[in-house]
Amino acid sequence: MIPELGKYADTVLSAYAASILLLFALVVFSILRGRKVRAEMEKIEQRMSRNG
Amino acid sequence: MTIAAKANALWEYANPRKFLATSERVLPFFWITSAALLVVGLTWGFFFTPDDYKQGSTVKIIYLHVPAALMAINCWLMMLATSLVWLVRRHHVSALAARAAAPIGIVMTLIALATGAIWGQPMWGTWWAWDPRLTSFLILFLFYLGYVALWEAIEDPDTAADLTSVLCLVGSVFAILSRYAVNFWNQGLHQGASVMRAGAVTGTDTQEKVSNIYFYPLLLCIVGFVLLFIALVLYRTGTEIRARRINALLARERVNG
Amino acid sequence: MIALLLRDLKLAFRAGGGFGLGLAFFLIVTVLVPFSVGPQSSLLSTIAPGVLWLGALLACLLSLDRLLALDWEDGSLDLLATAPLPLESVVTIKALAHWLTTGLPLVLAAPFLGVLLNLPVPGFSWLVISLLLGTPAMSVIGTFGAALTVGLKRGGLLLSLLVLPLYVPTLIFGAEVARRGATGMETQTPLLMLAGITAATVALLPFASAAVLRINLR
Repeated sequence: MIPELGKYADTVLSAYAASILLLFALVVFSILRGRKVRAEMEKIEQRMSRNG
Repeated sequence: MTIAAKANALWEYANPRKFLATSERVLPFFWITSAALLVVGLTWGFFFTPDDYKQGSTVKIIYLHVPAALMAINCWLMMLATSLVWLVRRHHVSALAARAAAPIGIVMTLIALATGAIWGQPMWGTWWAWDPRLTSFLILFLFYLGYVALWEAIEDPDTAADLTSVLCLVGSVFAILSRYAVNFWNQGLHQGASVMRAGAVTGTDTQEKVSNIYFYPLLLCIVGFVLLFIALVLYRTGTEIRARRINALLARERVNG
Repeated sequence: MIALLLRDLKLAFRAGGGFGLGLAFFLIVTVLVPFSVGPQSSLLSTIAPGVLWLGALLACLLSLDRLLALDWEDGSLDLLATAPLPLESVVTIKALAHWLTTGLPLVLAAPFLGVLLNLPVPGFSWLVISLLLGTPAMSVIGTFGAALTVGLKRGGLLLSLLVLPLYVPTLIFGAEVARRGATGMETQTPLLMLAGITAATVALLPFASAAVLRINLR
């Protein structure tokens, strides 16, 4: 499955791993924070509309 | 539609509500397309391109290194544009978009630096060299850090938006100055800008070209990175708008209650 | 205007002012360098221009957070903002006062510290010229940074982080002039660039500093 990377296998794989990890972390953190903020806003909006 | 009307239509997205509604509608498209392009481009590049005769398999790093470096710079340009819009037209969405973009720029710069260091180790025999482009990216990284730190440090959102916008303008000028200074200070190890040069693509200068075998997957990856950036900016701007709304609601509650 | 300048100078020289701080730091850095890199005079004379430039830059950085903070705390900045004097001139005078109390002493002290580091003889004049041209830019850029962070409680670290990348072009060209001068190479290109950067920052950056200060005083 993994292509023949020769003597640079570590180099290529670690570069891919590091980059994909960083990108993944960025997306996950963005979405987690987004969800949290959105839930909080909806909670407050509901409370405000109930209280008039 | 006349041009003026079109321009007016564009400014309508400065309305937070309108922005949220529209970005909600287009976001799935950006997420899915960017993911698809990145998967296809990276798979193509990783599994189905031959090794370079000189650099061996390390040439595969280009599919991450070059797009990330491009986005690191484009992200700053986008922040510059939105900062100007905020300073001139006072649209809150614009300032929040700049704020939302900065961490993405930091990550892109980090990816460019990390892949560059990993790539440089076997090719140049060192993790780090004070090569002009490396140095410029390090300086860009410092600019991003300062920008984000200033946003975090100031409590009043409008003051923060104003100050970071001015910092972004002044920083841009100094970033360009630094680029020239660094170039002057040390001639580099990097090859010339081979991706954007016409000769490199058509293969007229065979010395430093990125040949077509590598170019098409690279193009896919670049487009994928651009779309991913847009998706992230839209999403994170939405988050910032909601966070701002929470603060406004809480403030109103405190006044009323 | 002159009254303001005199007042700032007087405050700086009084106890608790930032006058001796930068100089002391410059002295400490220069004296400690031989202990950390070894006493070989050939090595010292190669790195002397760079070390002296770096020392001057850090000494300048160290004194920045007092540049506007005291006036902010006692409210005199608000008074200055409402005074008939435009805020652009106020920040220029602040920068000038900072240069006179920090930059100029550093320039004057540099040749003596150069002796400690075995600076080659032709390097002395170039060192002084480059510092003389470069330190005003550092004061003006520093004023911009101080104006950005003036309202913040612990702005010191942030100030350094913001100002550091802005100092890069000045440091590169300034140290290049000193280094080339010390080794007898031609210095015209970096010298012109250094002078250009200083002229441009002195002419333009006060507008940005004043704008930022106005935002902070709102």
